Amino acid sequence: MAGIVGYGAYIPRKRIKADEIALQWGKNPETIKRGLLLQEKSVPGFDEDTITISVSAGRSAIARAGIDPQKIGALYIGSESHPYAVKPSGTVAAEALGIGPEVHIADFEFACKAGTEAMFVALGLVEAGRVDYAMGIGADTSQGAPDDALEFSASAGGAAFIFGRDDMVAEVIETYSYTSDTPDFWRREGEFYPRHGGRFTGEPAYFKHVLAASRAILEKTGLKAEDFAYAVFHMPNGKFPMTAGKQLGFKKEQLDTGWVVPTMGNTYSGSSPTGLAAILDVAKPDDLILITSFGSGAGSDSFVLKATKRLPEVQGLAPTVRSMLDGPRQYVTYGEYAKFREKIIVNE
Amino acid sequence: MREVAIVGAGMTRFGELWNQSLRQMFVEAAAGALNDAGADRVDSMYVGCMSGGQFTGQEHLGPLMADQFGMTGVASVHVESACASGGVALRQAFIEVAAGVSDLVLAVGIEKMTDGADVTNVLATAADQELEVYYGVTFPGLYAMIARAHMHTYGTTEEDLAWVSVKNHRHGAKNDKAQFPTEFTVEQVLSSSMVAEPLRLLHCSPVSDGAAAVLLCPLDQAKQYTDRPVKIVGSGLATGSLALADRDDPAFLDSVQKSGERAFKMAGVGPRDIQVAEVHDCFSIAEVCCIEALGFVERGKGGPAAKDGFTAIGGCIPVNTSGGLKAKGHPVGATGVAQAIEIFRQLRGEAGARQVENARLGLAQNMGGSGASSVVHIFQGV
Amino acid sequence: MPSPRYTREIPSRYRLEAGRCKGCGKVTYPARTICPSCRGEEIEKINLSPRGKVVTSTVIHVPPDDFLMEAPYAMAVVETPEGARLMTQVVDCEPSTVLPGLEVSLEFRLIRKEGKSGILCYGHKAVPVA
Ligand SMILES: CC(C)(COP(=O)(O)OP(=O)(O)OC[C@H]1O[C@@H](n2cnc3c(N)ncnc32)[C@H](O)[C@@H]1OP(=O)(O)O)[C@@H](O)C(=O)NCCC(=O)NCCS
Ligand SMILES: [Zn+2]
Repeated sequence: MAGIVGYGAYIPRKRIKADEIALQWGKNPETIKRGLLLQEKSVPGFDEDTITISVSAGRSAIARAGIDPQKIGALYIGSESHPYAVKPSGTVAAEALGIGPEVHIADFEFACKAGTEAMFVALGLVEAGRVDYAMGIGADTSQGAPDDALEFSASAGGAAFIFGRDDMVAEVIETYSYTSDTPDFWRREGEFYPRHGGRFTGEPAYFKHVLAASRAILEKTGLKAEDFAYAVFHMPNGKFPMTAGKQLGFKKEQLDTGWVVPTMGNTYSGSSPTGLAAILDVAKPDDLILITSFGSGAGSDSFVLKATKRLPEVQGLAPTVRSMLDGPRQYVTYGEYAKFREKIIVNE
Repeated sequence: MREVAIVGAGMTRFGELWNQSLRQMFVEAAAGALNDAGADRVDSMYVGCMSGGQFTGQEHLGPLMADQFGMTGVASVHVESACASGGVALRQAFIEVAAGVSDLVLAVGIEKMTDGADVTNVLATAADQELEVYYGVTFPGLYAMIARAHMHTYGTTEEDLAWVSVKNHRHGAKNDKAQFPTEFTVEQVLSSSMVAEPLRLLHCSPVSDGAAAVLLCPLDQAKQYTDRPVKIVGSGLATGSLALADRDDPAFLDSVQKSGERAFKMAGVGPRDIQVAEVHDCFSIAEVCCIEALGFVERGKGGPAAKDGFTAIGGCIPVNTSGGLKAKGHPVGATGVAQAIEIFRQLRGEAGARQVENARLGLAQNMGGSGASSVVHIFQGV
Repeated sequence: MPSPRYTREIPSRYRLEAGRCKGCGKVTYPARTICPSCRGEEIEKINLSPRGKVVTSTVIHVPPDDFLMEAPYAMAVVETPEGARLMTQVVDCEPSTVLPGLEVSLEFRLIRKEGKSGILCYGHKAVPVA
């Protein structure tokens, strides 16, 4: 048996309101807010990227785990916005976290699912007994094209999870992955912004994979929606995860805690992992938790977790997701946002 | 040790000298010093320059300048101590003459800052690259932190600092070599654009080109060249930590105090004996810190000195009668030598409208970086 | 910044590794070979706590070219609980509110980029404690 021994999240303090983006493009803010259920989103500063987010989240995870980082034998970062095209994010993060050099490192990419992918592999290595501890991180600073619906959601943040066999804060009861070749959203090499298939991203992509993976893991574990205290589904916008959750029989109360998207936005690889971190911030011993990610291209990873007695002891050892969402924020204008996201052409 | 005197001085105007290159400015200043003394040879030269390399791509200035000056063959070497390069060149020349190694030694300070380099970046090479510059600090930024510490510790105000600029521009308005011979009001200083809080544009010395040269010889040979030599009676050089973070009190400049003490000791005089001083006012706060460290005022009491008229011409100790770096301009490597020239003129009674009456003993203090090096000279009219 | 130099400086920049003099207790960041207070040569390695207090500060309005897009930005000398002082930017706040005495935490951030295609240089910046 293996599970999470420490976790942490990070969300940049800069935010932009949906109204600000809508007005920039002559759209009605109310339509956006009602349609996508998005109020505002996090914006990375010039000095924040997948690596820095991973380090901040990773430090919180280490603080909660209370372990010597030297004992971490594997580190995987899942992201679609690794700052280098060639050169791993993981090596920088490991040095900063005090992990290694005796460590296995890889960067993962699978659209919005890269984070749970990293967690999945980290867990597998620990379960196999290859390493005592392994860290899986999902983090992103994603770009949505100007005047695209994605611009209201694509945001920055991430969460880190350390897996181990002792002193768990949440046991992993079961995992399940469901994958097919579905070109619903992509970004070609060298392109700045991703492209997507509009409504094709919905039913044939998101819902197909999220529902299939979630149903399969429920069947595999013999659990029903009502057995869970919490569930979180990948959050490309506010609406999809609520719709998926309800179709699976979950109630709003089970979904609300992990549903961080209305004020955080879609942190891509960090999305459902950050939702999970928000749940772990408040869950009680023996609570059952379902998380299902989704990555375009496409696939879903599902995990069923059970909180342990140790969880409440570590919740206060690092900042909670809520404290970062509701804590000090700096609102930026669209112009500042365009500057921070390097959408403006400047002289070298 | 032989007694040493300055017997001739020459300098270019300070400012944006678009038509003059580094070497041309050198030749103008050096030739001016030799002509002033009626000399036709030198035995050795020191070329003080902060960064010929980064400002213009030119290093190896010793032989280049000797060659350009028509003196190929003479001993000539480049010395560097950031913005104190000129003062250090003077000190090296002084030591060489005092030691009896050479008789006629030229100390020249030069800098060409307007040839297109990223000036802020080049100047910042005088700060700690690993600990300060990496994080985006600038020179005005470092002095701004010194200013804020001084304000926080001693209650110095932005208006106090503004008065330093107002006073120096009043002095500089009487100097035809000055880059900005214009008077400003306190209100103008306090409403000029922000550079690094709390320092504004008019708290800062400008970016300048210029060169300055002085000719030194043993005092007992001085009469061959001039009736009015000026003796160098004290010279002190000291260092402090390069990084501001490494100083116990960021509002105090230890190196300035130490260099002053050494020069005073050699001269056998104290701060009260000085009648005119040029200090390194690269930023208004620097003058405040320097007059404290030199002992002209008590520690922490430098703030109101300019406002009270204490350091103005006609005050107790006129400071920066040339206009200082603020009004005269600050071609960094040239500054230390130009300061010596101002004292040379003052002690010879040649300072015209800005003459300090009966000045017999003067001091020049030149500083590098955010105060990591400081060199002080004390001069006496003969 | 050239990669060899960057690589050498990783321990102090990424993990706030510093040195404490066994003779007089003086902490320097980064560690030095010789203690600047007592010239002692027995220096033990320590890691600074990622927090501290602003000793003095400024807001840079005229930056070097590499930091053009970031201006105006606050910079400060920060003292950690161990007594080490370091220069850092203070971010994620109104720059003019960064004044002596402010409590900050130190976060891992991207400090500078070597142009469009060079290496990314990381380190720590300060953020006001909420
Ligand atoms: C203060 C500083 C940043 C100003 O640079 P800037 O913002 O680029 O200013 P600009 O060059 O655009 O000048 C704007 C105007 O102010 C004038 N000006 C520039 N610097 C000035 C100064 N220090 N004092 C008075 N006027 C000044 C310019 O002539 C110009 O006037 P104009 O519009 O009538 O032509 C720059 O002079 C500087 O970096 N100084 C410090 C130099 C330094 O660090 N030296 C080493 C110290 S040890
Ligand atoms: Zn010591």
